[in-house]
Amino acid sequence: MNQHTALLDVRDLVVRYGAVTAVDHVSFTVDAGETLALNGPSGCGKSSTVAAVLQLRRPENGSVRFEGRELTTLSERELRPLRPRMQPVFQDPYGSLSPRHRIRDAVAEPLRVQGRWDAAGPARVAALLDRVGLDPAYGDRFPHELSGGQCQRAGIARALASEPRLLVLDEPVSALDPSVRAGVLNLLADLQDDLGLAYLFICHDRAVVRHFADRAVEMRGGRLVPA
Amino acid sequence: MPDAPLAPRTPPSASPPPSPRAPAAPGALLSVRDLRVAFGALEVVRGLSFDVRPREVLALVGESGAGKSLTARALLGMLPRGTTTSGSVRLRDAPGSYAELVGATRPALAALRGRRIALVPQDALSALSPVHPVGDQLAAAVRSVDGVSRSQARARAVAALDRVGIPDAARRARAYPHEYSGGMRQRAVIAMATINEPDVVVADEPTTALDADLRDQVLRVLGEQREAVGAALVLVTHDLGVVRGHTDRVLVMYAGRQVEQGPTRRVLDRPRAPYTAGLLASLPPADSEDGEDGPAGGAPRPGGSGRRRRLPALPGTPPVPDALPPGCAFAPRCPLAEDRCRREEPGPWTVGDGHEVSCHRWDDVPYPATELFLERPA
Repeated sequence: MNQHTALLDVRDLVVRYGAVTAVDHVSFTVDAGETLALNGPSGCGKSSTVAAVLQLRRPENGSVRFEGRELTTLSERELRPLRPRMQPVFQDPYGSLSPRHRIRDAVAEPLRVQGRWDAAGPARVAALLDRVGLDPAYGDRFPHELSGGQCQRAGIARALASEPRLLVLDEPVSALDPSVRAGVLNLLADLQDDLGLAYLFICHDRAVVRHFADRAVEMRGGRLVPA
Repeated sequence: MPDAPLAPRTPPSASPPPSPRAPAAPGALLSVRDLRVAFGALEVVRGLSFDVRPREVLALVGESGAGKSLTARALLGMLPRGTTTSGSVRLRDAPGSYAELVGATRPALAALRGRRIALVPQDALSALSPVHPVGDQLAAAVRSVDGVSRSQARARAVAALDRVGIPDAARRARAYPHEYSGGMRQRAVIAMATINEPDVVVADEPTTALDADLRDQVLRVLGEQREAVGAALVLVTHDLGVVRGHTDRVLVMYAGRQVEQGPTRRVLDRPRAPYTAGLLASLPPADSEDGEDGPAGGAPRPGGSGRRRRLPALPGTPPVPDALPPGCAFAPRCPLAEDRCRREEPGPWTVGDGHEVSCHRWDDVPYPATELFLERPA
């Protein structure tokens, strides 16, 4: 373990749905603190890759090593303590927060689930909201009372509550107005600089990728192609 | 109207307040004057005026909540119950003769929709019935305006699907919407909207849900359909990126009002409203010629972490309609705002060939406006 180990090391990943191979022997790495963009058109297998990396769907073949541990062979129970360290942020800012929970509770939920909720919890939630540029007073609101950009910030705060090392950002700004998108991208850049987060950044917008990512790989028809 | 002497320089020409009676521009297919849409006492579209000529593409641009979609629906008289529309929406029905759509009866509107003016809605899935084959739905659209036989309508449906680039259209016509990909569905909806060769197509965010490749493809299909039938296109979008290269004129909206309107190149190359300039500044720099000089796999970008340039961003959020600030609605977010902006609604003023702007400080707007909108890091 003394030699260089990538934070996330994906090798020969294969995801099949029946006869359809959605992800076809895909390999890439993400180092701590860097952004790797996964770029490609609709249906190219980006989201299937995300699901397999997060072990939300077990891949048919291949290896997913995170912090040096092989995830594909771990049981659901063994994965549980690792999950907080790799957090997803999804495209639809409203769809990723329960409409029936106040923002405050959505951000607090990971702390509760992970048994880290205590007297300092409320202050911690307020600090997380502040960290993503939301007035902590928004904690009282429901998702539908927030704009798309504010909702996406709340989703990022919720992901940060788990103290992750890797954020899997699945088209995090594609649903946002361009003016709002710039603010969210700036926030993600600041968080990365301050917290040393690594990003697997799924995005189909080349200009955004070029602006935001350290490296990019392109996917077509389930395979990586030269970018 | 604001007092002209307070302006930094006297605007070249102060336009008269638009009147619903103002005549249509010569040759316009669609002529909109002082269009207003209100929910009860709450006005959400606040006096829009524009003309669209044959084969012209007008972009209606603005952030979520600016009133774009309501405007699009108002053009077809398709607003939800509880809204009131005033002003004028006139559709040319013969040279020099126009049909007024605001206040028209349901049967009168129904006779125009699809045949003379058609909508491509934002959400293709919701526009198609899940329980009927796509081809049947297109054929029904044909038969709703044209008394052709079933088999003729079917043939036209297949031809329309073929025209928008649906592969193997005859077979695909028998498939259901869920068997189509997102891009194919959006193209099928375009085929349905244009199948009766309307004069005006209103497309409400037709590409928002699509990725870049499909977006270009759908915009191309819309353009081809427009050329084929000589129609005009009103393209509603939040994405200034699609405006360049795909449209002739652009109308930028903010909080229900026109901020700026003019020929696309003029407005994008030299925006006079800080809002337009800010929207442009917040776009990541566009792809260079081949678009292939991005970060390549394996090759880290020089400089390591912390090297990323911040994007200019508009501060704050758009106002909600029931709490509009006095004066210019953009003033609370505008880095150039001064006292006058918080008191008086600006313009519109004509600042050049067909270029109108509603900003007290239009002559002081720098371009590019990058510096103006760079966030002060917290």
